Amino acid sequence: MTKSPWIVVKWVAITAALALLVWIGGKFAAAGSLWAVVGVSFIAMCVLAIYGTTRAVPMKYLFPGLFFLIALQIWPIVFTVMTSFTNYGDGHMGTKDESIKYLIAQTVKEVEGTPRYAMSVAVKAGGDVATGDITLLLTDPKDGATYAGTPNGLASLTDGVEKGPTGKITAATGYQILIAREVNARSKDLSDIVVPTEGGGIKTSGLSEAFVGKASLQYDAAADRLIDTATGKRYMPHNALWVPEDGQGQSLTSGWQENVGLRNYTDALTNETLRNGFVKILVWNLIFPLISVLSTFLLGMGFALLFNDDRIKGKGLWRSLLILPYALPGFVTALVWRQMFNQDQNFGLINKTFGMTIDWLGDPTWAKVAILITNLWLGFPYMFLICTGALQAVPTDVKEAAKIDGASGFRTIRSIIMPLVLVAVGPLLVASYAFNFNNFALIFLLTNGGPFEGNQTQVGSTDLLITYAFRLAIGGTTPNFGFAAAISMFIFVIVALISLQGFRRTASLEDVN
Amino acid sequence: MTATVTSAATPAHSFDAPPTAKRRDPWQIVRYLAIGAALIFALFPIWFIVAAAVNPSGNLNTTQLIPDAFGMANYGDLTNARPFWSWYKNTLIIAGLGSIAAVFIGVCAAYAFSRLRFQGRRPGLMTLLLIQMFPSLLTFVALFRIFTDLGDVIPQFGLNTSIGLILAYLGGAMGGNVWLLKGYFDTVPKELDEAAKVDGASHARVFFTITLPLITPILVTVGMIQFIGLFNEFLLASVFLKDVDAQTLGVGLNALLTADRNKYFGAFCFGAVLASAPIVLIYLSFQKQLIGGLTAGSVK
Repeated sequence: MTKSPWIVVKWVAITAALALLVWIGGKFAAAGSLWAVVGVSFIAMCVLAIYGTTRAVPMKYLFPGLFFLIALQIWPIVFTVMTSFTNYGDGHMGTKDESIKYLIAQTVKEVEGTPRYAMSVAVKAGGDVATGDITLLLTDPKDGATYAGTPNGLASLTDGVEKGPTGKITAATGYQILIAREVNARSKDLSDIVVPTEGGGIKTSGLSEAFVGKASLQYDAAADRLIDTATGKRYMPHNALWVPEDGQGQSLTSGWQENVGLRNYTDALTNETLRNGFVKILVWNLIFPLISVLSTFLLGMGFALLFNDDRIKGKGLWRSLLILPYALPGFVTALVWRQMFNQDQNFGLINKTFGMTIDWLGDPTWAKVAILITNLWLGFPYMFLICTGALQAVPTDVKEAAKIDGASGFRTIRSIIMPLVLVAVGPLLVASYAFNFNNFALIFLLTNGGPFEGNQTQVGSTDLLITYAFRLAIGGTTPNFGFAAAISMFIFVIVALISLQGFRRTASLEDVN
Repeated sequence: MTATVTSAATPAHSFDAPPTAKRRDPWQIVRYLAIGAALIFALFPIWFIVAAAVNPSGNLNTTQLIPDAFGMANYGDLTNARPFWSWYKNTLIIAGLGSIAAVFIGVCAAYAFSRLRFQGRRPGLMTLLLIQMFPSLLTFVALFRIFTDLGDVIPQFGLNTSIGLILAYLGGAMGGNVWLLKGYFDTVPKELDEAAKVDGASHARVFFTITLPLITPILVTVGMIQFIGLFNEFLLASVFLKDVDAQTLGVGLNALLTADRNKYFGAFCFGAVLASAPIVLIYLSFQKQLIGGLTAGSVK
C-alpha cells in the first residue's frame, strides 16, 4: 500500500460525513428525541469504525446500501408487519389515555364568571412559526403563576419568564413567542387546541386570552368508565372503543390502538363480507396477470417473428416505432387510454371509431376487458424486445439443419425455435406475472378498482389485492391500516411463492457461489 | 395440437428458398400488411396524444385523430395554470441524482458480493431477493410517518422536498440492482484484480481503477434504467409531494387532469408530450444497451 493523496481524500470524506451526522444529531437533540440521537450516534460510530480502520473490508462496500436498506425498506416492512396485528386506523390512532384526554377535551365549555388567563402563543425555540406545534403560555390572573400548556397537559413554567403589563408572557427560555400577525395566521389551529386539566380543559378565546372550562364528560379511573355528567350515560371500553354501558346509542368518536392478535388475518378469511370480497379479488388477481402475460407474450412473439424476417426492409426503424408504447411514461398512457374508453361517443375514441356504445369502464365485465386491452398495449413491446433478443440468439445451424431435414417454416418455428425461445424467456415470463400481480399503477389510473356494484363501496370489480389494500390503508375515508397490512402480508406470501417457484425452475440461483 | 397437419400444407416457407428478385413472393404483401397493422396498433394512442396536444381548442370534446386546427394554445394553458417547468426541473433532479446515487450504492454492494468473501454473503443475497417481493406500496404508510417526523426536525429532508424523496427511493437501491450488477462483475476475469493485488494495490484501488472501468457499459445501462424508472415513478411521489411547486411531472400532470378532465385535456397532452421527450430520446438512442440490460441474466 502506498501512501497516496487519496488517504487525504478519504479522511476529508469521513470528516464531512461525521460533521453532517453531528449536525443532524444536534437537531434531534434540540427537538428532544433521545432515541434518534442514540441512532445517529450509533451510525457515526459505525462510519468511524468501518472507514477509519483497515478492517471490515466488505462492510466498506456494503454500508451505504445497508444503511438505506435497513432504515427505509426493512424498518417500514417490520412496521407494516407489526401493524397487521393491531387495529391501527381511523379512530384508533393513539393510546387509550390519549383517547380519554381527547374525548374529555372535546366537551369543554366555559363556565360563566370564571377568570380568564392572559395568553401568549409560542412554538419551541427553533421551530417553524407557521407549522410547528403550538404551546400556550398562560398567566393565572389571581396569583400570577405562569404555565405552558399543550394538548398533552399543563406544566409550570418559570425559566426566564418575562411578563408584560397585562400579565402576558413576553419571553421564556426555550420558546419563541409569535407576534400578532403570526398568531392570526394560525387562528384555526388555536381554536382547535385544548389543554386538558383536572375535570376539564383550557381553551383559547380570541388571540390573547384563554379560559378554564368544565368538561361534561368525566373519567372514573377506578371503574374505567367515561361518564357524561349531562345525561348520566356511562361508557365502557370494549373492542378499543368507548361503548354505552346500557347498549343504547352510539359509541364515542375516538377509540385507541391495541393489539388484536390474528384478528385481521382471520377476518380476511372468515368474516362473511370481507371474505367474499377477498376471494372475489383474489380470483381476478390470479387470472388478470395470467391473461396479461399470455396475451402480451403471444403478440410480442408474433411481432418478433414478423420483424425478424430478412425479407423486410427498414426493420430497425419499424422496431423503434413498435417499442414507443414502452418508452412513454405509464402515467401518461394509462390516463390517455382511460379517455379513449369513455362511453360517450363524443369523448371516447374507441366507441367513436368503431361506432359502438359499450360502457367500457362502467360495466364490470367490459372494465376487465378494457384493462386487459390496455395492458396488452402497454406490455407487448417488452415481450417483443425479449423475444427478438431470444430469436436472434437461436443458432443459424439449428435452423439450417431443420431446413435440410425438410421441415416447413411453421414446423421449424413450432418445434425448434419456440422451445429454444421459451427456455430463454421463461424466467422473464414468471417475473412478468409477478409484476402484473401487483400492477397497481395500471388499475389505479384506469379504473381505480371500479366499477363498484350496488352498495358495495370497498370492493370494486377490477380491484387487485394491492389496490384493495391501498384503498383500505390510504385511499379511503376511514383508513384501516391494520387490515390493509394483513392483506399486504397475503400478497407478499403469494408473490414470494410464485417467484421462488419460477426461480427454482431456472438456474439463476445456482449462479450464487 | 393439430398444427403438425396444417403446417405441412402451409406454404409459408420462412426459411427455405430465399426469394430471388424475379420471383415475387405473394406473402411479402401479407407481411407488410401485418407490419402496417402492428404499427397502427402501437402508434394510434400516441398519435391521439400528439393530435390533442397541438389542437388549440384544447378540451376533450373537440379532440379527434385529425386536428381541425394547429396551435400552441395548450402550452399557454399549461404554463399559466401550473408551474410546469418547476415540475420538469424537480423530476430531472430527482431522477438524475437518485439514479447516480442508486447506481453507486448498487455497484459497491455488487462488488462486495462478487469479489469479497465474508460470512452471510449467500443468505444476504437471498434476503435481498426476498425483500424485493414485499409489496412496497404498503410500506408507504411507514415511510410517510418516518419522513413526517424527520421533516419536523430537519425540514430540508422532509416531505415536499426533492432530497427527502430521493432518500426514500434509495431504500431500494441495493436490492434492486445488486443481482444484475453482480452478474456482470462475475463475468470480469478475477485474474485482473488478483494480479493488481499481487502488485500491492489496495482493494479500493482495484475497485476504482481496474474493475469499475471494465463494467462502465453496464453502469450506463443500469443508470439509465434507474433514471427512466425514477422519472416515471408516480405513486410514492404523489404521497410525498403535496406542494404544487415541489411536485414531479407525473404527480402534477395527473393532478391537472383530475382537477378538470375535460378542460385541461389538451394541456395535459401537451405536457405529456414534453414529459415523454427525454425518455423517448433515451430509448431511441440506447436501444441496444437497454434491451441488453432488461433481459440480462436470461437471454445470453
